[in-house]
Amino acid sequence: MSAAENTNPQAAPDILQVNNIEVIYSHVILVLKGVSLTVPEGGIVAILGANGAGKTTTLRAISNLLQGERGDVTKGNILFEGNEIQNLTPNELVRRGCIQVMEGRHVFEHLSIEENLLTGAYTRKDGGAAIKRDLELVYNYFPRLRERRKALAGYTSGGEQQMCAVGRALMSRPKMILLDEPSMGLAPQLVDEIFEIVNALNKKEGVTFLLAEQNTNVALRYATYGYILESGRVVMDGEAKELRENEDVKEFYLGVGGEGRKSFRDVKHYKRRKRWLA
Amino acid sequence: MELLYNIFIAPFVEMGATPDFLLQVLWEGFVAGTLYALIALGFVLIFKASGVFNFAQGIMVVFSALTLVGFYAAGLPAYVSLFLALVVMAVLAWSVERFVMRPLVNQPELILFMATIGLSYFLIGLGEFIFGGEPKSMITEELGLPTGSTTIDIFGGFVILQHLDIAAAIIAAILVICLALFFSKTRIGRALRAVADDHQAALSVGISLNQIWAIVWFAAGIVALATGIMWGARSDVSFALQIVALKALPVLILGGFTSVPGAIIGGLIIGFGEKLFEVYWGGLLGGGVEAWFAYVIALIFLMFRPQGLFGEKIIERV
Repeated sequence: MSAAENTNPQAAPDILQVNNIEVIYSHVILVLKGVSLTVPEGGIVAILGANGAGKTTTLRAISNLLQGERGDVTKGNILFEGNEIQNLTPNELVRRGCIQVMEGRHVFEHLSIEENLLTGAYTRKDGGAAIKRDLELVYNYFPRLRERRKALAGYTSGGEQQMCAVGRALMSRPKMILLDEPSMGLAPQLVDEIFEIVNALNKKEGVTFLLAEQNTNVALRYATYGYILESGRVVMDGEAKELRENEDVKEFYLGVGGEGRKSFRDVKHYKRRKRWLA
Repeated sequence: MELLYNIFIAPFVEMGATPDFLLQVLWEGFVAGTLYALIALGFVLIFKASGVFNFAQGIMVVFSALTLVGFYAAGLPAYVSLFLALVVMAVLAWSVERFVMRPLVNQPELILFMATIGLSYFLIGLGEFIFGGEPKSMITEELGLPTGSTTIDIFGGFVILQHLDIAAAIIAAILVICLALFFSKTRIGRALRAVADDHQAALSVGISLNQIWAIVWFAAGIVALATGIMWGARSDVSFALQIVALKALPVLILGGFTSVPGAIIGGLIIGFGEKLFEVYWGGLLGGGVEAWFAYVIALIFLMFRPQGLFGEKIIERV
């Protein structure tokens, strides 16, 4: 892990390094214009930004699900535990311990919740007993899934589907989960519930998380480090604490102005600055 | 009045008058239905896993049967030929996945469908090149299938049951039960259904689509071989058989493209329906209704229940 030293000497070794990647869709649309980020082992790192900033693309580039969307990583490289992973199939990547929970949950609608969870263990070779034990583990983290284990996933609520998607990923015994927009379309208390579980999984099971979020407020509460993406570039990064205190972040992403109520003039100013930043 | 009488009364009077004949017709319908169901099953397997309507399923039936007969003609014992025919179907499944499906992944479904049309012409050409174009007879007895018939005296008349038909029904039932268990109980079966539901999500949890597709094409190949043996034993093994495979289309529309039970029930409905209609109502239309009856039923279904009887419910949460 020599490469880790120059980026973040005092912290844990980096489990994931993304070095200056460029992603092009359908050979013409340049979506990521050189994104670099690192995720320390055991951390929760958040990628923040508005719609279309490139958060999902970054995650898909890592998990190698871009091909399905006709995207290609044309420059840069991605290292997972020190090894290049751009040319691995998602199957191989899951085997190595890196799995993505896709945006919009994507549960298998016509399978029951329990069957959904079991598909997560597809790549495992360590036998039925171990898988059963992990199923129990998932049910302990998500008691609600235990209640609905026999229900077709398509008929469960959005929150339950999100839990099912996270639980399914957990069944692969991952070292790292790429979590795309876990808060999407969920009620605020459910969002908190899910992030609490993410936090617990991180602390107790030692799972590293890289999550993409539009809900900056929640994400920065749970993450240790954050990257802010705008139009395919990292425009700012830092400890979650620092980002929370940063005036620009407060203004653009947290929706709280530095001093008092804003007048209409400030709003215009905000737009001008945003354009300038981009 | 007379027309109405002929439509609504006369056929039932006839059924009541000669119940043994009715039973015979129903049996014929049942047997035809099982075979339709088997063919449809091959389609359903591939459609479920890859969303592709496999136009080549009909020719796979012929090709597998020809391979079996061909190995036997080359002097190998019947069961060795059967085993080798299965091996050939496995190789075919692997090659289709490797050389047809994989390069076309993520293309629109229509393109995949066109590719299967191409595949079917390729298999016709290859089959004729290797085995020649003339019809061959199936090695029924050599495979240990019964050939006699039983006559049952009933209702003062009799019903003739061909032993071969009985064997066909039993083999079809075993095949279906095995497939159903495979789908619901095994890891691969679960993965198959997962792929059918959502390709992207299946990829994301590490299910290898290539592996699943090869397996599903092999399963369809096994079903094709079973169908080929049964159908070949009733007539001959020739390329004309693939026309029969088109009957699977109305069966699928009736039963739903994604449902294994649907394929079976659909097959039986079409089988019973066309025999009954042909025998009791066919005369009114000048006969020959068997050829188009299934398609008319399919048309009616398309209008009122396009997902079929057992098609996957389109889940919509509000």
